[in-house]
Amino acid sequence: MSSIGSGYDLSASQFSPDGRVFQVEYANKAVEASGTIVALRCKDGVAFAVEKIVTSRLYESGSNKRVHNVDQHIGMAVAGLLADARQLLTVARDEAKQYKHDYGVSIPVKYLADRLAMYMHAYTLYGFVRPFGCFILLAAYESDGPQLYGVEPSGVTYNYFGIAVGKAQQTAKTEIEKLKLSELKLEDGIKEAAKIIYQVHDEVKDRMFELELSWVGKVNDGKHERVPTKVFEDAEKFAKASLEEADDDDDEM
Amino acid sequence: MDVLNPMTYDAEEDQLRDRTKYSQMDKHIIPVEFQQQPVSTGTTIVAVEYDGGVIIGADTRTSAGTFVMNRFTDKLTPLTDQIFCLRSGSAADTQAIAQVVTYQLDFLSAEMNEPPLVRIAANCVRRMIYQYRDDFLAGMIVAGWDKKLGGQVYSCPLGGLLVRQPVTLGGSGSTYIWGYLDNNYRPNMTKDECYDFVLKGITLAITRDGSSGGCARIAIINKDGVERIDVLGNDLPKVFDL
Repeated sequence: MSSIGSGYDLSASQFSPDGRVFQVEYANKAVEASGTIVALRCKDGVAFAVEKIVTSRLYESGSNKRVHNVDQHIGMAVAGLLADARQLLTVARDEAKQYKHDYGVSIPVKYLADRLAMYMHAYTLYGFVRPFGCFILLAAYESDGPQLYGVEPSGVTYNYFGIAVGKAQQTAKTEIEKLKLSELKLEDGIKEAAKIIYQVHDEVKDRMFELELSWVGKVNDGKHERVPTKVFEDAEKFAKASLEEADDDDDEM
Repeated sequence: MDVLNPMTYDAEEDQLRDRTKYSQMDKHIIPVEFQQQPVSTGTTIVAVEYDGGVIIGADTRTSAGTFVMNRFTDKLTPLTDQIFCLRSGSAADTQAIAQVVTYQLDFLSAEMNEPPLVRIAANCVRRMIYQYRDDFLAGMIVAGWDKKLGGQVYSCPLGGLLVRQPVTLGGSGSTYIWGYLDNNYRPNMTKDECYDFVLKGITLAITRDGSSGGCARIAIINKDGVERIDVLGNDLPKVFDL
């Protein structure tokens, strides 16, 4: 699946003859190699479900989280190189802080997504830096409803109803498309997102993983947070149960 | 100026400021005695929220001491299409603040692709006043309409405070009508009741405050835009005048 850059891929300041910037495309490869994220914009909120792959039993559980808070009301989920994501998180928090300082109100997520995209794009222009190898998802519940934005390594941002990023993004996308998001309530959406993560998780290649679930919506007054323990356990149970159902179906065939 | 302790009085600086207050031309137009007085919008300013918008009003006198520099001033300055500020204090300071904030909001609305919130405008004004609190003499009211919260009135007085109030007064003339406000303002008044309240308040203040006078300028701001009404001197409501 690897396309050969043949000399036009040495730095981000080069175009290829067919108009591609290979360094940015390679950054996308870093994103595709990371654990899957599923984000759903439901009727009354946004749900994040993240497959955090654990490579060693020796790591403390809960370390290297992939879901963070930018301001109280905005959640950020990251796919790709975690160290790059950490810098972007700092940048995002600075932007939110500066906006609040200048204008006295919380930063709108659309504006934050634009600023972050401008920042990430700047790193795709020069030869002496490399693009960020991460895909950033931003979620908030604002006065005009739930919002879900995604920022790619190239610096492009889109407003999403639902998105999957990472290893199993293709399979997960198909699953998301089966859902009717405009009618889905957040409490159900979080379970569906967890279910998709369990479904697309590859047991053979990545034995251990931790599920991270977070939400922001009417239910918690627009404050982004990790889901309460009870909701987490229910969602996991729902996800595992549906996996077994699928196994049973396979057996019958 | 001593940068380390900005509160120190610097005589040289003060005299320089006085000397450069008026250009050479003005010396021939303005009588000599008034040239040492700072130009202030002595003022009465009133703003009140009603269901659906705000009604703001001001008198029209700009004075330099006892000399009336401008008897038909417009103290209702637009910051955006649907957000206005009412200026009291030093005319130069408030004009400068309004100019800078208008620029900031213009830039922001281009970035956000939508009109700015009234609260944001009020914050920009307040931050300027607070940052230069030792230099400025500016008491401003920011009032307008936005999609999120409707009509809002924010008071930004001298030191750099920001507070939202359903009704507020400002300027030297306001001291004479706080009693009138306390007695006559009720929450949830209709648009016409609010208009009468504002107009009467300004008229009463003009009658008693030497630094307020002239006519009354009123603006009604709601989702449909801004309606400006100038009530000339002889059309002001009649009040008992000894």
